[in-house]
Amino acid sequence: MTATALPRPRRTRRTMPGLTPTLGFTLFYLGLIVLIPLAGVFFKASGLGFAGLWKVITSERVLAALSLSFGAAAIAAVLNAVFGAIVAWVFVRYEFPGKRLFDAFIDLPFALPTAVAGIALTALYSENGWIGSVLALAGIKVAYTPLGIIVAMTFIGLPFVVRTVEPVLREVERDLEEAAATLGARRWQTVLRVIAPAVFPSLVTGFALSFARAVGEYGSVIFIAGNFPMVSEIAPLLIIIKLEEFDYKGATAVAATMLVLSFLLLLTINLLQAWVRRRV
Amino acid sequence: MKTLSSIAGLLLALATSSPGAAELLNASFDVARPFYKSYNTAFAAEWKRRTGSEPTLNVSHGGSSKQARAVIDGLEADVVTMNSPLDIDAIAASGLLAKDWQTRFPQASSPSWSTILFIVRKGNPKGIRDWSDLVKPGVKLVIPNPKTSGNGRYSYLAAWQYAKTRPGGNDDAAKAFVGKLFANVPVLDTGGRGATTTFAQRGVGDVLLTFENEIALTREEFTQDGFEVVVPSLTVRADNPVAVVDKVAAKHGTAELARAYLEYHYSPEAQALFAANGVRPADDKVLQANAARFPAVNVFTVEQGFGSWAQAQSVHFSDGGLFDQLFAKK
Repeated sequence: MTATALPRPRRTRRTMPGLTPTLGFTLFYLGLIVLIPLAGVFFKASGLGFAGLWKVITSERVLAALSLSFGAAAIAAVLNAVFGAIVAWVFVRYEFPGKRLFDAFIDLPFALPTAVAGIALTALYSENGWIGSVLALAGIKVAYTPLGIIVAMTFIGLPFVVRTVEPVLREVERDLEEAAATLGARRWQTVLRVIAPAVFPSLVTGFALSFARAVGEYGSVIFIAGNFPMVSEIAPLLIIIKLEEFDYKGATAVAATMLVLSFLLLLTINLLQAWVRRRV
Repeated sequence: MKTLSSIAGLLLALATSSPGAAELLNASFDVARPFYKSYNTAFAAEWKRRTGSEPTLNVSHGGSSKQARAVIDGLEADVVTMNSPLDIDAIAASGLLAKDWQTRFPQASSPSWSTILFIVRKGNPKGIRDWSDLVKPGVKLVIPNPKTSGNGRYSYLAAWQYAKTRPGGNDDAAKAFVGKLFANVPVLDTGGRGATTTFAQRGVGDVLLTFENEIALTREEFTQDGFEVVVPSLTVRADNPVAVVDKVAAKHGTAELARAYLEYHYSPEAQALFAANGVRPADDKVLQANAARFPAVNVFTVEQGFGSWAQAQSVHFSDGGLFDQLFAKK
């Protein structure tokens, strides 16, 4: 076959057919569902003016709530990254009875109404609960303290890490590990030099997803938090409180601040991930 | 849940609307659910007797302030029935109804009221009799957050007024008293029901402060577990006001029905229904007839203690107000 037989070769430069309508739809849909509502938040908050906005977000109570929300979410995401990776590893590499059942359980925090999770966790961890009563003997209070917030955030974030790491772990070639072993690598060297670099980018993704979900989490946290101003009051609760006061602008100011902070953090994590990928 | 039920109420209102049929949407608060179930049946029968047509009466329930916000944001309720005048004032501020709504119906437009009482554990082990017992070291009390709930606000104001009207009391003493009181609160739930759960199910605290009608609703559960009700020496009258949302009623052509619906709240039948649901009827005779259910209380109104709701709100609960200062100093 000669080149001349190809119909209009110059006009289909793109590999994927129908990219233009697809891209158009994506942008339109993203705009409609995500960007326009978010722009609304900024629009309402902008009614305060810069000075007013600054006054709201630098008030002692808002700062305390923001640092609690982001701090607890970060701790929860780290816990999830460590233990979620272990759970994923166990699921990929070992067979045990009831594995499928446990596999289904992992997704429960996705599906469960968060308020139900919050009530269940509070029942377990309060001082007359199963776990809480045991911990109370050791003098550890979980429910109605910042520790409880971390517990709730860890609970809702776990599936994000497991489900992002699992497929990648499955793809890591056993041959590579065996090759490493035959070349005299110790077990920890194989884990560190062969498995970790392959899994790391997906682990970072899982961490970021878990973190983002925890920052905005409301339903499961308010039941276990105790909601004490300056101590255990999360930023989303402050937004609700401001709405209850019919202070729409103040509420959206806190919301907009959370959005910007989350976006910056996620952007940083994405850049870090890209940097890691390039190095691997 | 609450948003869902208000959405469901709205959908129901839309789905069942047909031209000509008299139809009404009442945006009300959570705890009033059982009351309006029986009230709507009674009023529908009364309206049919009067006009011959059967009205469709819908109620959407949610937190009182949440419902007010929904109405401000476009929930087309013809009437609102709330647990705090503050919420109707907020709707009035948005221009949907007249600012003088409290003059439209008897008793400052409040056909019923409730009050804040204490619930203690069986045998009252900490010996709690009055407000002064709540600030003692070692006593833990559960109160919902005054920023997010009506009963929290009322409890706070009642404590303040108690301290202020004691011999030698003044605003500074009241501030110190309320500060000590909140230092004894281990959990600030966002609403009354959450606080009840924290106290009754989680076993947190020695005393729960909440609305009398909330206690009435959960009485069975409470008496089973042997909780006891304590009536303090002074408490607050919590009016449950009602109002026609003028603009919406005019638009729907339901002004007459809406007015009749609210007026009927003052009828002897409706007053008795309030009593049966644990809410104090505004009619003193009906209240006397139900004295067994409602212990005598020494109450003040927010207007008497704090001038007006708007003033109480701006001084105590607004951003950076006295309530916020209790926590900022730590």
